[in-house]
Order: sequence, then structure tokens, then C-alpha cells
Amino acid sequence: MKKYFSLKMRKRATGMISATLMAGLLLTGCGATQTTKPAETASSSGDTIKVGILHSLSGTMAISEVSVKDSEMMAIDEINAAGGVLGKKIQPVIEDGASSWPNFAEKAKKLLQQDKVATVFGCWTSASRKAVLPVFEENNGLLWYPVQYEGMEASPNIFYTGAAPNQQIVPAIDWLFKNKGKKFFLLGSDYVFPRTANKIIKAQVAALGGEVMAEEYTPLGHTDYSTIVNKIIASKPDVVFNTLNGDSNVAFFKQLKDAGITSEDLTTLSVSVAEEEVRGIGAANMKGQLVSWNYYQTTDTPENKEFVKNYKAKYGADRVTDDPIEAAYDAVYLWAAAVKKAGSTDVAKVKEAAKGIEFKAPEGLIKIEGENQHIWKPVRIGEVTEDGLIKEIWSTDKPVKPDPFLKSYDWAKGLSN
Amino acid sequence: MGTYILQIFNGISVSSILMLAALGLAITFGLMKVINMAHGEFIMIGAYVTYLVQNLFIHLDKSLFGLYFVLAIPASFVVAAFIGFVLEGTVIRHLYNRPLDSILATWGVSLVLQQLARSIFGAPNVDVKSPGWLEGGLVLHQGLQLPYKRLFIIALVITCILGMFVLLYKSKTGRRIRAVMQNREMAESMGINTRRVDAYTFAIGSGLAGIAGCALTLLGSIGSTLGTNYIVDTFMVVVLGGVGKLIGTVAGGLFIGTANTTLEFYTNTSLAKVLVFLLIITFLQWRPKGLFNISSRSLDE
Amino acid sequence: MILCSMFDARSLENSKEKLVFSVIILGLVLAPLFLSDFRINLLGKFIAYAILAIGLDLIWGFTGILSLGHGVFFGLGAYCMAMYLKLEAANGKLPDFMSWSGLEGLPWFWKPFSNSIFALVMAILVPSILAFFIGFLTFKNRIRGVYFSILSQALAIIFVTLFIGQQAYTGGTNGLTNYKSILGSALSNGSTKLVLYYISIGILVLVYVFCSVLVKRRLGRILVAIRDGENRVRFSGYNPTTYKIFVYCLSAGIAGLAGAIFVPQVGIISPAEMGIVPSIEMIIWVAIGGRGTLIGAVIGAILVNALKSGISESFPDVWSYFIGLAFIFIVLFMPNGIVGLAKKITRKVSKQALHTNH
Repeated sequence: MKKYFSLKMRKRATGMISATLMAGLLLTGCGATQTTKPAETASSSGDTIKVGILHSLSGTMAISEVSVKDSEMMAIDEINAAGGVLGKKIQPVIEDGASSWPNFAEKAKKLLQQDKVATVFGCWTSASRKAVLPVFEENNGLLWYPVQYEGMEASPNIFYTGAAPNQQIVPAIDWLFKNKGKKFFLLGSDYVFPRTANKIIKAQVAALGGEVMAEEYTPLGHTDYSTIVNKIIASKPDVVFNTLNGDSNVAFFKQLKDAGITSEDLTTLSVSVAEEEVRGIGAANMKGQLVSWNYYQTTDTPENKEFVKNYKAKYGADRVTDDPIEAAYDAVYLWAAAVKKAGSTDVAKVKEAAKGIEFKAPEGLIKIEGENQHIWKPVRIGEVTEDGLIKEIWSTDKPVKPDPFLKSYDWAKGLSN
Repeated sequence: MGTYILQIFNGISVSSILMLAALGLAITFGLMKVINMAHGEFIMIGAYVTYLVQNLFIHLDKSLFGLYFVLAIPASFVVAAFIGFVLEGTVIRHLYNRPLDSILATWGVSLVLQQLARSIFGAPNVDVKSPGWLEGGLVLHQGLQLPYKRLFIIALVITCILGMFVLLYKSKTGRRIRAVMQNREMAESMGINTRRVDAYTFAIGSGLAGIAGCALTLLGSIGSTLGTNYIVDTFMVVVLGGVGKLIGTVAGGLFIGTANTTLEFYTNTSLAKVLVFLLIITFLQWRPKGLFNISSRSLDE
Repeated sequence: MILCSMFDARSLENSKEKLVFSVIILGLVLAPLFLSDFRINLLGKFIAYAILAIGLDLIWGFTGILSLGHGVFFGLGAYCMAMYLKLEAANGKLPDFMSWSGLEGLPWFWKPFSNSIFALVMAILVPSILAFFIGFLTFKNRIRGVYFSILSQALAIIFVTLFIGQQAYTGGTNGLTNYKSILGSALSNGSTKLVLYYISIGILVLVYVFCSVLVKRRLGRILVAIRDGENRVRFSGYNPTTYKIFVYCLSAGIAGLAGAIFVPQVGIISPAEMGIVPSIEMIIWVAIGGRGTLIGAVIGAILVNALKSGISESFPDVWSYFIGLAFIFIVLFMPNGIVGLAKKITRKVSKQALHTNH
């Protein structure tokens, strides 16, 4: 470092560094040209419609989100094979949210401003949705969000194709009260969905005259549940209501079973564990435990038989379908139907056309509720079986109207403000 | 009463898991001073090897299935050690005199290994079925059961630590390793092939991480980001215990494990985590080199 | 100044750095003419990172202290600014996440943040004060090298866990997002964005000039001396602890300032940004650019992030391979980063030129 340079050399070094830097600056622009160039020529010839797909393909959330991306791609391929929409092929632009919320916001901006996509299918965690929400509202974009969530939101630029709390949590608590008991132990990961869900549950349990024994949160990625299990044993609840997310479920169920507690000793009901997660937990560790969703791989509709068959044919016989995978698939079809009805991909027209659109989904007939852009969905409570699938043990006969702010429940008055 | 007994057991169990995960690091970081941020990924490799061995046995014969785990432990050691050996030869050996730089290079390694796992095994978690003989537990009395899996891990950790102790302090190889790590030039002038010692020391450390990964399949998830859950905790164990001493890793693991479970029992999980890390920081103010350390007269170490 | 002219080579090296920096700034200033709004917004983010990298280089490149928890200081600065933006968006009402979390009124420590000046001052002060406490304890107790690095990781974990756990006060994992305006002008407005972008460039220039003046003086040489042999400095009659604490606080303050610039342009700050992963990434920017030269930090931050955005857009499924391999390669074969490589190449080229001339 302490070399003495001649003036000439120094000038060269300066030139080198500046050149590298300018290259860097150009690269920022380059990323865009690389991805958009073929697309631009395509859209100018007028035979494709670009849509964005924005999920975490790397990082901790990849375990859940990659399958959802796969499902959306399948729906797009199917629609394209059937002639596309408005006579044009759908062209997906895939971006990686990388399990980082600011990164989701960046990629959402890129999809809307740079690629000018007609709509985006994406996100999993509430945090990623909250991160992109202002981007979609600011740029008047359209997001289809495929996962059940905590409610209390209805952005004009988002369609929510997963369950609102009244289509998953609230009926589950009602059912548990009638069939399993009144003493609840609430266990969740430390983030927004479990905390908000538990707030709803506490209000509901209080209104029903039950008791919440304890409320425990563990950091995302927590791996040792021996202490929590011990606390559960000590407080003797009738039901553990589980809102843990991702990896933690594997550790919790394995370690619960090791402590000698099976579904016969203690009921657990999970709202973030679907077939895909059961596969990672191991069916043997979760056999007999309950879950609440709108769709299972075993759901008995002709549409579902077709859906499961195609999904396995495309991605492998060992893959499973589950609720978010199905909701993401529905989202693509619902959007396509709305575009057909509107005769345009214009966001305002699509939103207007989407009101009341019905679709024969694998989970049954679903309908877009125009008032809050959520979906009418049937609710199903299921039990994990030995083969790692979920067997429906109770369901609402008809689709339930989405009520994200729980306005139709007296006990929920103080919750939504 | 049963609750408290179980809680004490949980403390020991969590400690044993931390020790097992940190043991490899006690070698690579403690002895070799390489800050291997990809240590967690070696744990992940061990877990995936266990998954592969299990799949092999599923195809072989049902009656032998229970045995797969016995084979998976050495298999995960060997595979992780081999990858560690390759990593040492290609990357680590350039970094021995730049310990802080090893953080950056091995961080790159960890990114690559995680993506590799996703490409090979897919993004979702995979399931490793525990062998039948590890199901259930030792029932002390009604509602008080010590899981066999956790007892097994405690036994495994004791075996590994004893094995390492014998290897490092009672064998010729161990003497060479210690000689090289303590005074490289001197060892070299005594005719020890330091390059070779470096390579197999790092391989042993990586292999131990592989064993940890194998054991962790009993308790948790098996996915590409498995290692990231353990990396910081294991560094804390080694630093708190004191770099360069096996007994330090045992002490560090015991302290963090029991403190974590005890605080978690009386408060909640997040608060316990914060308190434990605060305790570690405070403790290091008092003893900057950890509980046990090799005393040295050198000024700049 | 006298010192500078005495060391001719040093001053010339400085003038070369100045020239490169001027070229960079010129490029950044002119960028809006060539790049789309989206890319300018990204560049604005990278500039915030470049500011942070300068501060990080001060403690790592110059003083040899490797902090693996610098995300905390960046995050604290960002949160201070975000609190102001959130309160402005809430427009006198309770911010949305507080009402979900069941708070009745605004917590006392949120109240003063409705003032933008206060928020900005706090964005620098809060990280500096925290750094002072940590630095005072750890440096006084002579915790050094790897031990300090690991300790700083513990710090990152503590803050991430705390911020996630206190959802009612911090927004939990979601962090703070959905801002509407800054000082009354809408953030969605194109001209507001451009003004923010140019303010970022201005602050980058200020921070760069301030730091390069600082490292040129006696202080800079003491810092390097601490890096190369702390005990020798101590035996020469200086107290390295004081200098280390000072530079750590300064670096934290700069990180906080960078956070404050980051938030209005990116539109979100969440606890994950304070964690270990982003903290290590920050170190990598400096390493790739070239540690121990402020210009290297700036180049590294902008270049690495530009590459990361570009590659992840082109190869969303497998981009981690490229980034990971690039880190390994650069650390192994370019220990002094891009700046070091550039120097090496020019040295070689001019040597050859010298030969042909004779």
C-alpha cells in the first residue's frame, strides 16, 4: 500500500477504478434490459400479457413458497394451453423475494414500474404483503395473495384468495368448543399473524365462556420445544391452538410426541400446517392431530381430482397439494376470468369485472366478494392420517362469506377499530 | 415436582444438543482459528446424508430399517468430513493468516451449499423417520417421560467428547494437531507436515458437525436452512467456554443450555433468548477470553 | 494540510481518490437522465448503503475492528426516521399496527418523533449512544478481534428478538411500512423521490469528505496503528481505547444516518434488517470494494448491490450460486478488493511501459 506512484500510473489507476464504477452503474440498468428486452418485443407484437410472480425462492421462506410458485406456473401453463386470455398468451416474470421484506418491496416496484406487469401473484407471510401493499397502492397495481391470514385488511389493490379469520380460525374455535373442550393453550411463532389470530381467539373464547390457560410465542426458526411442551403438560389444557410457522412445527410435533403425548392425550389444532408441512414433520409424528383449512388434497370434487393429477404429473408423484397451493392456482384462474369479462387487463376494469365472479375450484365453487376482494370459501376441519394426507371430518355445507374485519360478530367489536 | 425434574432434564438435553453442534466448531474455530460461517451447512449436510441413508434402507428391506440410523452416523461423519477436506484444500488454506477474512469466504460457501441443497433436494423440508428403537421414552412416573431420543443424544455427545479427548490428548495424531495449532513454525521445523495436519483437523471438525446434523434429524426439521438456526448459538458456546479447550465447550454448552431452558420456563422464549445473550455479553466483559483458556504470554493474540 | 504536502505520495494518492470519487458523484448526479425512476430509486438505496459502508470501513478497514452487528445501528437510525414517517402517515391518529396490537394511546417515546428534525437527530444520536455504551465496556475490557465480532453478533440477535417481541411498540416482524409523505410532500410523487435521491448524494459527499479529512489527520494514522499493533500504540503513550470508542460511535452514527436515508426511499424497515445476515453482507461490500480506502467502501456498496439486483432479476432461482462464488473468489484472490486490484494492475502496466521506454 505504501508504494510511491508516478503521476502517470496514478492517472491510470484512476481510469481503471472509474471504468469499473461506471460499469457498475450501467449494470443497474442492465439487469432490466436483460429481462425486459424479449418481453418488450413480445408485448409490442401484442400476443402476450406479462404477469409477475413474486415469492421467496431462497432464504427461510423458500420451504413454503416454492410450491406456491409452481402451482401458479401450472395454472398459467394450463390457461396458455387452452388459448390464453383475450387471445394472448400469459408470460410470467418470476422474481425472488428472498425472504426479505424490503426485497419484496423492491421486486414489486420492479415488476410494476419496469416490467409493467398486468398483475402479480405473490407473497406468503403477512409481513411481505404489508411490505408490498404501499407499492401496489402507489403504482395502482394488482396483487393476488394466496395464503390464509389474520384479516383486518382490505386493500383496493389486493385480492385475498386465502381464508379470512372467519373462514378458518373462528369456525375452528366454535367446532373445538362443541367437540373438544373449553381450555385453550395458545402457541404461536412471534410475528403478526399468530399475535393477531390469538387476539381474535381470546375475544371469542371469552365470549363463549371458555378459558385461555396460557399464550406462548417462540421466535421464528426456534428449534427446541421441550420447555414449551413441559409448560403444556403443566397447564393441562383441552386444546393446543397452534399458529406456529414453518420449521418450528417440525420441532414442536416431533418433540411433543417424544414427550409421550399423542392426539389421544391432547388435541392440537393447527392453522399453518398443511399437507406440504405434514410431509416435513412426518405423518407418524402428527397422526390424528387436527387442522383447519378450506381445501385438502383429499377434497372430493371432480375439479380436484384433475388438479391433483396434473400437479403430480408436472412436478412429481411424491409432491402433494395443499390449501395455499390451491388458493394460488385459483387466483390465476380468477384473474383470467376477470380479464376475460372486462375485455382488458386494465386494473380498474379488472377489479370492477372481478366482483361476483365464480370459479369451480378444486375446493368447490368459490366466488369473489366485491365488497372486500376476499373469496367466499367453504371451511373444512381435517385430521392428519397415517399416509400424511388430511381427512375432512367436518365442513360447512356452503361457501362462507369472507368477513376480514369480523364485523358480523358482536364479541369482535373492539378488535378492528 | 415432575415438572421441575423434567425441566432439569430439558436443560441438560438442550445443553447436549448445543455441545454436539458446537463440538466441530471447537475444533475448526477453537483450535484452527478459522471462523467457519458454513459450519451450520455442515450440520445440514449431515442431516441430508441421514435422509439419503434412510431412503436407501426404505428400498432395501423393511426389517432392517431400524438399523439405518446406526449406519447414518458414520456416513454423515464421512461425507461431511470429505466435503470439509475439499473445502480446506480449496478455500480455507488460503486464509489461515487472515482469520477475519475467513468469515467472508465461508459465508459465500454457506450461500452456495444452501442453494445446492435446494437444487438437489428441493425447497420444502424432507422427512426423516426416527428408528423404532428411539421412539418413546423412559417413563419415570405418570406424565414424566424422558424421551429416548434425547437420552441417546446425551450419550452420543459424551461419546464424541470422550473420543475427541482421547484423539487430541492421548494419541500421536492429537499431539501433532496441538503442536501445529500452538506453534506452527516450531512444529514444521520438527518435521510435522502441517499442511496435512491442517487438512485432517478441519475434516474432523466438519465431520463432527455432520454427526450433529444426523442427531438433529431426530428433533427438528431437515431443510436447506437448518444450519442457520444453530450457527450463532454454536459460536456463543465456543466463545463463552473459551477458545481452544474441549472442557470450555462443555461448560459453555451447559451454561447456555440450562440458562435458556430455565429462563424460558419462568419467562417466555423470546425474553429468555435476549437475557441469555445479555448474560453472555456481560460475562465476556468480566472474562474476555471465556471460562477456560490457554494461558499465553504473547501480547497480541 | 502541512502534513499532507510533506507526504507527497500520500497526498497524490488522496488526489487520485478524490478524482475517482468525483467521477462517481458525477455519474450518480447524471444518472436520472439515463435510468428509469425505478433504477434511480434503487440507486438511492445503494447510496444509503454506500454511506453506511464508509462508516464501516472506518472501524474495519482503518481500525481493524470487525463488527458483525452493524445492522443494529443502521436499523436504529432507520426506525427513528420510520417513526416520524409513520406518525406523519397516521395524521394524528394511532398508527395502524398499534391499534391491532391493542394499544390505546401513543407511547411516550413515540411522541417527540412527530418532529422531523428530532427524528433525524435521534437517527444519528441513538446508534452513537448505544455504540458508546458497548464500546466503553468492551474496549475498556480489551475484548478484541474475533471475540468482539462474536459479541457484536449477540448484540444483533438481542435487538432483532426485542424488536420482534415488542410488536405494539415496533410493529413486530412486519416492521414499519406504508408511509405517505415526508415534510408534507407525498412520497409517491416523482419529484419528491428525485429530491430525496439528490439529498442522498449530498449526504454521501458530506460523509465522504468528513471522513477523508478525518483519516488524513493524525487520528487516521493512529487508527491504522491500532489496527497494525494495538499494544505498540498503547506503549507509545496513546490510549487506544479512547480512539476505538470514538471511531465506533462515529461509525454507528453514520450507519444510523444511512438508515434514515434508506427508509423514505425503500419504504420499509423491519427487524430482519438489523440481523446478522444483512450485517455480514455490509462487511462484504467493504471487502469487495477494498478495505482501508474510503473510495473502496463506496464502490463496493454500489457495485455489489447493483450486481445482486441484476443477477437476482436475471436468474431468480439460482442467483445465490453467483453471489456466493463471487464472495469466495474475491476474498481469496483479491484480498484488497477492486481498488487493490486496480492499483496492482496499473502498477504492472506502468512497469511494462517503463521497460519499453528504456
